[in-house]
Amino acid sequence: MIKLIGVAIVILGFALFVKILETIGNSFVANRGMAIFVIIMLVTGTLERNGLREMAAKLIGKIKNASAGMVIAAYGVLRLVLAAFNVSLGGTAGFVRPVVMPMATGAIEAKHGTVNEDHLEEVKGMSAGMENTTWFYGQVLFIGGSGALLVQSTLKGLGYETNLVDLAKVEIPVAIFALLVAGTLYFLKDRRLSKTLYSTKK
Amino acid sequence: MAFFMDPKVVLNVKLLEVLYILMGIVAGYAGIKTLFEKEHKSRYPTAVFWISLAVILAFGRWMPKVVTGILVVIMAIPAIIKKVRPGTVPAVTKEYSKAMADKIGYKIFIPTLSMGTFAILFAVFTKISPLVGVGVGVIVAILLLMIFAKENKPKVFFEDSKRLLDTVGPLSMLPMLLAALGAIFTTAGVGQVIAGLVSKIIPEGNMTVGIIVFAIAMPLFTMIMGNAFAAITVITVGIGGPFVLALGANPTTIGMLALTCGYCGTLCTPMAANFNIVPVAILDMKGKYNVIKNQVLVAVILLVFQIGYMLIAK
Repeated sequence: MIKLIGVAIVILGFALFVKILETIGNSFVANRGMAIFVIIMLVTGTLERNGLREMAAKLIGKIKNASAGMVIAAYGVLRLVLAAFNVSLGGTAGFVRPVVMPMATGAIEAKHGTVNEDHLEEVKGMSAGMENTTWFYGQVLFIGGSGALLVQSTLKGLGYETNLVDLAKVEIPVAIFALLVAGTLYFLKDRRLSKTLYSTKK
Repeated sequence: MAFFMDPKVVLNVKLLEVLYILMGIVAGYAGIKTLFEKEHKSRYPTAVFWISLAVILAFGRWMPKVVTGILVVIMAIPAIIKKVRPGTVPAVTKEYSKAMADKIGYKIFIPTLSMGTFAILFAVFTKISPLVGVGVGVIVAILLLMIFAKENKPKVFFEDSKRLLDTVGPLSMLPMLLAALGAIFTTAGVGQVIAGLVSKIIPEGNMTVGIIVFAIAMPLFTMIMGNAFAAITVITVGIGGPFVLALGANPTTIGMLALTCGYCGTLCTPMAANFNIVPVAILDMKGKYNVIKNQVLVAVILLVFQIGYMLIAK
């Protein structure tokens, strides 16, 4: 009897295991579109090789008499637009550290002659914050982005049909608002720090 | 081959399969190339990861689902034990990319924007999936780059894509794995359990309350899981479906905004380490949470804005 129960458990367990594997396989194949980045990488690496980062830096550098906050905001605009086309400039390691930070500290030095450590820490935090915010809210504008595909497949499971263009359109006001909020907050914070942290030294 | 000749299969489906096969080739190239890198620190596990992915992408349609499921598990094992490592393809030197920037200039933005542009064109003017448009955009971008500089030979594109796939690594598969997890949760009925719990707290049939609970549950659950993709399936099935969409709200608006409400949670959690903690190290910052501290206010304002948006556009 016990043996029979054991066999039954094994069979049931195996059936459940197969069912889980089938569910995983089915979901993965249905969501292959989410791996679209694989084909995009066929060009992004070569875009970098051909000077994309350098030209992006040049574009940001066009603003005259920029403050650190303005550099960060300008980077935000560029990153949001590129994110909407599903192109990244290389993230914190690839772009913020080597390009945005030197531009921002350069702007502070030009104004104050030196860079206050607390100011520097906040500029770093704001650059990373702009990097994340504009990437999240810019990428949802890309038609065929993984976020919208996941929402679409989830809603389909509940019986609602949606299309990718409409899903992207919904996010347009949110993306613009996100850029405005982050840009304004960081610009004002930088201006405040720039006024308060250096007043005693001059 | 019979599949592509079959007149009963619509063009869109055929083109998508062509795209998935191309994606499989790119991932497969990364895997096979890894096998030949003698100095690679984790050669075989890394190759197993990329090659299994390549097979799933290219042949998923024709394989039995159980086999695909097994392949997904095989793919996940080297990733879970952290044995998927970058290879030895050298990065592009600054001198080289600087020289190319001087030569090509702002024209570089044309191929950069081509993928997104073709996705939009396909979405607006054809009945074919915008994903196919992305694929066409990639081909156009490749051709443009080849015209811009003769150094950009076909091999260069594959080498560069391998280098980038190495950098993003197995983390890039997270959305698909989470979608699969969501499917298991849904099959297992986790959504119903959450729905049962929530029904004890909020009155059924009140759409405004439902939207607010849905929009706040997303970032909260995201903060715990560290990723909005992990939250969206479960919370949509558990809360969004029964308490908002069942009452007749617009699924496109509510479903999509729920995801970006979740992103507000991503901005506030150390669990999203690669966005909020890793940059602290990369930028040599002093305070471990100083990236998050700079994001909290942005996140709160965005959440309030989106809740308002959902209530108006429902």
